[in-house]
Amino acid sequence: MSEHAIAPTPAPQPSPAPAAPEPEYTGGWTGAVRRGAVRALPPDKLLPDTQPKYVASWIYVFGVLTLAAFLVVLGSGAVLALKGPAWWHVSGVGHYVNSLHLWSVELFMAFMVVHLWGKFFMAAWRGRRALTWITGAVAFLGSVGTAFTGYLVQQNFDSQWIATQAKDGLNSVGIGAYFNVTDFGQMLMWHIVLLPAVVGLLVVLHILMVRRRGVVPPFAPRPEAAAPSAEPATEEEAGA
Amino acid sequence: MTRSIMTRRASRTHQPEPDPYAFGSRPYDLVKEFVIALVAVLALTFALAAVFSSPDEKPTTVAAWAKADPGDFTATALAELDGSSATAGYGPPYNSAADGQKLGPLALAKAAGVTHPVDTAQAFVLGPLDSAPQSPAVATALSTYNAAGADQQAKWTTAYSDALTKANGDPAKVAVGDYGPVPVLLGQLLKQAQSGSLDGALLSEGGFYQTDYTLPLLFLADGSDLAAQAQGDHLAGNQWGMMNETGNFPGQAWLWLYTFWYQISPFNHSANADALVWGTMAVLTLLFVFVPYIPGLRSVPRLVPVYRLIWRQHYREQRQ
Repeated sequence: MSEHAIAPTPAPQPSPAPAAPEPEYTGGWTGAVRRGAVRALPPDKLLPDTQPKYVASWIYVFGVLTLAAFLVVLGSGAVLALKGPAWWHVSGVGHYVNSLHLWSVELFMAFMVVHLWGKFFMAAWRGRRALTWITGAVAFLGSVGTAFTGYLVQQNFDSQWIATQAKDGLNSVGIGAYFNVTDFGQMLMWHIVLLPAVVGLLVVLHILMVRRRGVVPPFAPRPEAAAPSAEPATEEEAGA
Repeated sequence: MTRSIMTRRASRTHQPEPDPYAFGSRPYDLVKEFVIALVAVLALTFALAAVFSSPDEKPTTVAAWAKADPGDFTATALAELDGSSATAGYGPPYNSAADGQKLGPLALAKAAGVTHPVDTAQAFVLGPLDSAPQSPAVATALSTYNAAGADQQAKWTTAYSDALTKANGDPAKVAVGDYGPVPVLLGQLLKQAQSGSLDGALLSEGGFYQTDYTLPLLFLADGSDLAAQAQGDHLAGNQWGMMNETGNFPGQAWLWLYTFWYQISPFNHSANADALVWGTMAVLTLLFVFVPYIPGLRSVPRLVPVYRLIWRQHYREQRQ
């Protein structure tokens, strides 16, 4: 080979693989939550401007009346909180705000009980609506507890009597060891912070579930020929 | 899904719940409905509050009790001193004098323990006397009592208790006897109570900042006057008082089922009445919350046809 020979061409290397495309950014956790929320409750399901025809019955207004009364309870309670728990004993305006709080609670409980009975007789847990019933039932129980702590923090004779009597029931099952109804400070914080937060959260979940599943349809009329079965035949009818 | 489940489902008459819009729809303004409901409830609330107001019966105080009924106050203070008061013998969460109530085999109160310990002699009598400046006579009585053994203290308190009973509860009419320093101590405590300083002393035993009224409330409840006032306000247990409110105001109607049990056997004569009622209500509460899963109970709406009234328009339209 002459000294001027061209250096041998190196063997051709396979061409490098094309760079993998950048994975599309789907929003991480935020994107996943947003997509889940929109999937569960698209805007026209969250705030529809139509309703099923069968919802034309007066029983159906008791849910929204309960919600409205709940907001008045919260609002009047917030005004009472501005000046503290002793205000209503020394001020006429304070006493009137306390009266607003009492009567909105009475309306709230009345509307809620009618709503509850209506939903029971509609078997409103049908069609995968069991959780709607359960959140509503627990919200009812939470409301009773909230009302109870409210009576305890009135700082009058009624509070003294309720505290000294209720302690026996709670002590008998060990709850009183941790939930002291004669401790005004503890009862006030349960009444204005913990219980309203829990009840409020349950109410929000309850309403979102109603929006998600829709209002439960009427019972199908019984077929003339077949012997009707009173028992729901499927888990679905039972509301699972 | 297995074949057996498919067969089982196919063999029963069932329909999955239809879509809510399967029966047609109508336009509806949800937000407007909510606003109308809110305005209506606000108006109703403002009106009810203006017409009926709300009850506010002033709280009783240890001072008011001691002034109105010094005999009952003295007898209660003596019971706190000798350990015979309701609080002294209560058990958990205040002390270990008793085991607390049981729910069947479950001693839940005992298991929770003594989380708010109250030594009634110290908390209600000796402590308040010790924390106030006293005359030499009272100071001597206090140190004599504290220095004596438990047996000697019991002899004095028992003798004084018997004598007080014989004097119909009037400390001024108690016969002469060997009661040690007990009459002086209780006499001074009564004066402190009537002056109002005992209310403050009981509250501040836990420290300067205080929101816990356990001591003054337990002391008041150990006497008879709180219950007598409640009876006058129809708030007592045997008056279905749990549902009532002072004056002519609506009470807590939603507590009807809870108080109902206390009125009937075996609850109304059981030593474990409270625990039994709570156990009963716990079971009923679970049934209420889990209705969708309870066979029989979940079928009641189908059997009691209130639904025909609710959906009568719908069924009429379906027939047409």
